[in-house]
Amino acid sequence: MFPFCFEWKWDPDHFIFLGFLYLVLIIIGTGLGIAFLKTSAQVLGFMRERHFDH
Amino acid sequence: MGKLSEHKGPKYGMVIDLDKCTGCGTCMVACAHENNLSVRPDESDIQRKLTWMRLYMVTNGEAYPKTEVSYFPRPCMQCDHHTPCVSVCPATATDYDINTGIVSQIYTRCIGCRYCMAACPYHARVFNWWDGYFPKGKGLERYLSPEVSVRMRGVVEKCTFCHHRLMRAKTKAYNEGRRELEEDEYITACTEACPANAITFGDLNNPEHKVSKLIKSPYAFRLLERLGTQPKVYYLSKKEWVRKLGDNYLPGEFKPVNPPKA
Amino acid sequence: MNPFDAALFPEGTKRCSLKLFIAWNIPWILLLLWGLVGAVLCLYKGLNQTNMTDYFAFALWIVFDLAVIALGAGAFFTGFLTYIIGKKELKDIINAAVLIGFICYSGAIAMLGIDIGQPLRGWFIFWHVNVHSMLAEVSFCITAYLGVLAIEYLPIILENRQIQRIKELRLFGNNLHEIMAMFAATGTFLSFFHQGSLGGLFGVMYARPFAYREGFYVWPWTFFLFVLSAIAAGPCFTILCTRLAEFITRKKLVPDKAVQTLAKIAAYLTGIYVLLKIVDTLVWAYKLTPKAGLTLMDYYKEGPYGIWLLIAEVIIFGIIPAIILLIPKARQHPGWLVVACLMNCTGIVLNRFVFTVVTLAIPVMPFGRFVSYWPTWQEWGIALALVGYGFLLFSLSYRYLPLFPKERELNP
Repeated sequence: MFPFCFEWKWDPDHFIFLGFLYLVLIIIGTGLGIAFLKTSAQVLGFMRERHFDH
Repeated sequence: MGKLSEHKGPKYGMVIDLDKCTGCGTCMVACAHENNLSVRPDESDIQRKLTWMRLYMVTNGEAYPKTEVSYFPRPCMQCDHHTPCVSVCPATATDYDINTGIVSQIYTRCIGCRYCMAACPYHARVFNWWDGYFPKGKGLERYLSPEVSVRMRGVVEKCTFCHHRLMRAKTKAYNEGRRELEEDEYITACTEACPANAITFGDLNNPEHKVSKLIKSPYAFRLLERLGTQPKVYYLSKKEWVRKLGDNYLPGEFKPVNPPKA
Repeated sequence: MNPFDAALFPEGTKRCSLKLFIAWNIPWILLLLWGLVGAVLCLYKGLNQTNMTDYFAFALWIVFDLAVIALGAGAFFTGFLTYIIGKKELKDIINAAVLIGFICYSGAIAMLGIDIGQPLRGWFIFWHVNVHSMLAEVSFCITAYLGVLAIEYLPIILENRQIQRIKELRLFGNNLHEIMAMFAATGTFLSFFHQGSLGGLFGVMYARPFAYREGFYVWPWTFFLFVLSAIAAGPCFTILCTRLAEFITRKKLVPDKAVQTLAKIAAYLTGIYVLLKIVDTLVWAYKLTPKAGLTLMDYYKEGPYGIWLLIAEVIIFGIIPAIILLIPKARQHPGWLVVACLMNCTGIVLNRFVFTVVTLAIPVMPFGRFVSYWPTWQEWGIALALVGYGFLLFSLSYRYLPLFPKERELNP
């Protein structure tokens, strides 16, 4: 999963597979991060609370 | 006869003469001894028994007195082309070695998902449904060899063409100041043990080795050749019905060696 | 008198008494206990507790895994339709779909943890990945997608009436809701690949003529057929679960428009799937199979898995539900809709069963023997525990969370 496994060889297949994997993990992490940061900002008063319409 | 891949180094293979095989099972026992195969107190469950070499009994299906019986000793085929088990293992616990043609199994990495077992058409792979059983005092621990790791439950294992014997032979050769191995320096346990000399083992890429000459025989065939796995275990049989059992054929597809004269 | 836990109910809803609720959950808890015993035995004593053998390397659990993952596809597909395509009416059913998905995937992963021979080494699939293996692709995507499902389920939990009173949690839930489209898109991408890779698992096995298919680049046709069947049956399963919930609670929970949108889309997808499946079956039967030196009936000449399975899967539980769903009057008829959805889901489960169990039962070597298999009670326990878990979690979610946003409106 990381490039420092001893028999690891980067080839196009690895680039594609791990590229997509890291992309997905980054997107999910970013999303969670945004939600968390917005919540913190709203709780601490830096941001207005937006009412959610279902 | 399909082509083996182009690598110039040794490609270890086996030729089994089915006309010589008596079905005694010594190959199975020798293999189990050599490779620290565990046994169960009750070995009657054939489908969960640990055995790397498996002997199949086949018959020509005719009624007495035309009944004929033959035996197929079946080790791991060490498939040469896009090895089915290697390509499907998700944790790289099995690998095809380009330098020897041997398909290895890393027991400590295997997670036991058994996908390789589903992919292998030869049922060459067996699973450790139980932990190893080497009870003291019954003599079973006396055959344990320090050159082969013992496997715990939950991992897949299979014939490795006695790879540890290759390591042993290479070490010996290196200590004697040479890199090349003689033909009979590295042979598998089953080859050595067979009382009928039905099994020949060697380098298929070396034109001087017996195996590379034997595979040129018109009576040589491989199991399930049409699937394209490129097995490195060849069989020899002059009996047509035995050769027919090597693969699936639709009516008319099987080509006899000596077709009847028109 | 109000039930004891009434403060936890969604605003303005009625629920049964706590005693009745506990009594309702007892069978599910018993199933979970049965599964727990089976799981402990398998982990402690090894997989010899099952009836799996060297021939049946994949068995009941893998069938269940594949089946529930296919049926749980309603989660990602409804999410895709709601947030990406913009079908607003599906917002009334998306919560239930997400929950069903969460149950299916978390249950499947739990079952897989017992299924592998070395559960403690499960992480090797990530650390020592073989990127060419379909199973590696499956594991990565399923794990990542379970994370996405958890993130999609979390806001629903945070909408519990009492939890909403905590400002931080309410805000966090809202903020997650606002970016839900991003998670839905990621979920769609992940699901497409793992639903497909589950099909790819079998399609790539070129040494097993029964399962092998040709395909497009590295993806065998089973890859696309599995995705298609999953998005055809997933919405049907969502509809079935919703109908079951309505039947048990004796309330209307979802407006007809949402159900009909899902049913109509499922209808077209099922129709397309069945057509492509028939084409694939014919190519397999008459082109691929003879290449291996076999005829179609060679697969079915021994044992209980006869040609009737093919007929059942493709015709009875394939063509017929497709036709029923495609007829608008039948689709709108409550009884026929349920029948069609049930048949569709059955067909997909049969398809998964055929690719796992039947593939392994059929010998490849000419002198191989057909073998049969029946699960042990430990296997049944673990598989049925998933059902118990599903009922339990769904019941808890229904009771305490606004699982069906239109519940109040439909039950004044």
